[in-house]
Amino acid sequence: MPDEVVPAAGAPEPPAAGSATPGAGPAPGGSTGVGVSPAPGGFTGLGVSPGRAAGPVMRMAGPPVLPAARPVADAGAEIAVVGKALEAVAADLRHRSAAARDRTSGGSGGDGPGKTGGSGADGPGKTGGSGGDDAAEILDALAMMADDPMLREEAEQGVRDGLDAAHALDAAFNRHREALAALGGYLGERAADLDDLKHRAVADALGVPMPGLPSPGHPYVLVAEDLSPADTAGLGADVLALVTEKGGPTSHTAILARGRGLPAVVACAGITELPDGTYISVNGVSGEIAVGVTVAEAARILEEESRERARLAATSGPGRTADGHPVKLLLNIGSAADLRPGAEGVGLFRTEFLFLDRKQAPSFEEQVAAYAEVFRQAEQVVVRTLDAGTDKPLPFLGLPPEHNPALGIRGLRVDRLLPEVLDTQLDAIAEAARATGADAWVMAPMVTTRAEAADFARRARARGIGRVGVMVEVPAAALQADRLLAEVDFLSIGTNDLSQYTFAADRQHPGLADLLDPAQPALLRLVGACAQAGRAAGKPVGVCGEAAGDPVLAPVLAGLGVTSLSMAPVCVPAVRDALARHTLEECWERARTATA
Amino acid sequence: MPARTVAVASASGLHARPAKLFVQEAARLGVPVRIRVGDGKAVPANSMLGVLSLGAVHGTEVTLESDAPDAEEALDALAGLLSRDLDAEEALDA
Repeated sequence: MPDEVVPAAGAPEPPAAGSATPGAGPAPGGSTGVGVSPAPGGFTGLGVSPGRAAGPVMRMAGPPVLPAARPVADAGAEIAVVGKALEAVAADLRHRSAAARDRTSGGSGGDGPGKTGGSGADGPGKTGGSGGDDAAEILDALAMMADDPMLREEAEQGVRDGLDAAHALDAAFNRHREALAALGGYLGERAADLDDLKHRAVADALGVPMPGLPSPGHPYVLVAEDLSPADTAGLGADVLALVTEKGGPTSHTAILARGRGLPAVVACAGITELPDGTYISVNGVSGEIAVGVTVAEAARILEEESRERARLAATSGPGRTADGHPVKLLLNIGSAADLRPGAEGVGLFRTEFLFLDRKQAPSFEEQVAAYAEVFRQAEQVVVRTLDAGTDKPLPFLGLPPEHNPALGIRGLRVDRLLPEVLDTQLDAIAEAARATGADAWVMAPMVTTRAEAADFARRARARGIGRVGVMVEVPAAALQADRLLAEVDFLSIGTNDLSQYTFAADRQHPGLADLLDPAQPALLRLVGACAQAGRAAGKPVGVCGEAAGDPVLAPVLAGLGVTSLSMAPVCVPAVRDALARHTLEECWERARTATA
Repeated sequence: MPARTVAVASASGLHARPAKLFVQEAARLGVPVRIRVGDGKAVPANSMLGVLSLGAVHGTEVTLESDAPDAEEALDALAGLLSRDLDAEEALDA
């Protein structure tokens, strides 16, 4: 594309990844707020997935607005519109499914966010990986719904009863949506998929752009209000970066982008107003978007980024500051399939995957096999016991719905009602550790009091598990860090939930992303208090929330005294590099600035 | 009317991948077959939305029926598919 797409000259050069200073960036907690732009020549949002990219914007169209119903003169013609709309939706999905399969067979596999991609460091995830085959399966199933003969017959009947094509489609989809929603559970979630299909079909019938991923035939920066799991499942290799108007650091968009290694900026107000084809640059660390870069500049940014990635990929070894102070680099995984070489162990082994979609708890034997599979392949593994509850309902727990699940029976609190679940899990972890001779550590989620920590430690140690810890996700636990460390051997800070509870801001709230920014001084001070208690006790204190994978925060967390960082495998090289660029003293200075 | 009653063997029930394979097979056979749970409403076996709406889980008994002249073979094929654990077969494929 020629240079005439470039209105605003003098776009500010975004700082290179890794050189931004927390506090000088997109206003963590500051008065400038997040996304109050457009600033001249650009926008600022929240950088949630590191890296830089540049290219033309393509927006994902929103759902079509259904106009007033109109009388139907020619039912035959209208029925043809219905058929064509449904066929177009199915064909588009099949096309994307084939593309997803090609990507997998093309050898670029292994870039999926794993099986637990749903809700950040703590989620049992509902959407499955975005590995090509998983994505293709999802898209195939969606295509079959769009092709459904019952649905088509009902929409056609709607026309015969006097509705225009768009309204007939809308009504037919809504009827099936209600039927699925009424069944709840897995099928209830498919109801949302059906809404997505309805929007596509209605758009086609109305002759407006179909919502969903654009396919312009050239690389582009995807700009959207927000991204649904269905959108992200079909994300192709032609997407350079993601920028969304909504979403937060633990949103689906953020997690997917990090899993795929795509630069991403969320909570970027005003970004969807940019016309398609506008060239922008995206800095996934600082959250800065420059509008009006030239085609030549865009090419240069992409080239620099690919050199930078090659350089990072070549780094290896344990985590060290420039002067050799160790900070362990660990992985967050959901199963053995997520393991990647290059880290020093597993800092968060989420065990939820074993329990998903189960009517009964998995047996002792099944659990032993799953844990042993991970233990055999990693040197040191921290296993988190089941993190579920009314916030992430699992059928076999049979917990009644709660008015406020985030503040209810979740994490270790489930043990109050169903102690046998934890007992069996601890038995299985101990047995798998014995069988493999692994260095297995175990920790409990959502621990709030010293008494809970003591009870958990007693039960784990009684089974011969050597290293017992707790997660710090509740401010009450952070404030009592020294007391907790009198009972356990280590702490692991889950920054996602600790943010939510410290700032009284729902993790999924699209409008509160600035409060959930892990660079918020109050959050970092709680992290610092935990680390200090760890130093005093001579016990490790790690971070395993999304913050641990942020290369800008890594030196800050090291300076606060954190002894390990546990992250998605794709984040390891950039965090290793960020640590190696700073001496411990510089890390202290960063920590001082960031908590000021 | 020729019919077969069979318990759904797939671990995840007649959802997700098992449902997809079943509906695909029904469409491929091209014989109009309907499926129901107990005395519930019968839905076309080639309708993904209809099959999902049965809410059939592992162990649910479903009845396949058809009044098409050449239905016996299609009914056997579809009943056979339902009596296999398609989730487990997926694991073997992977």
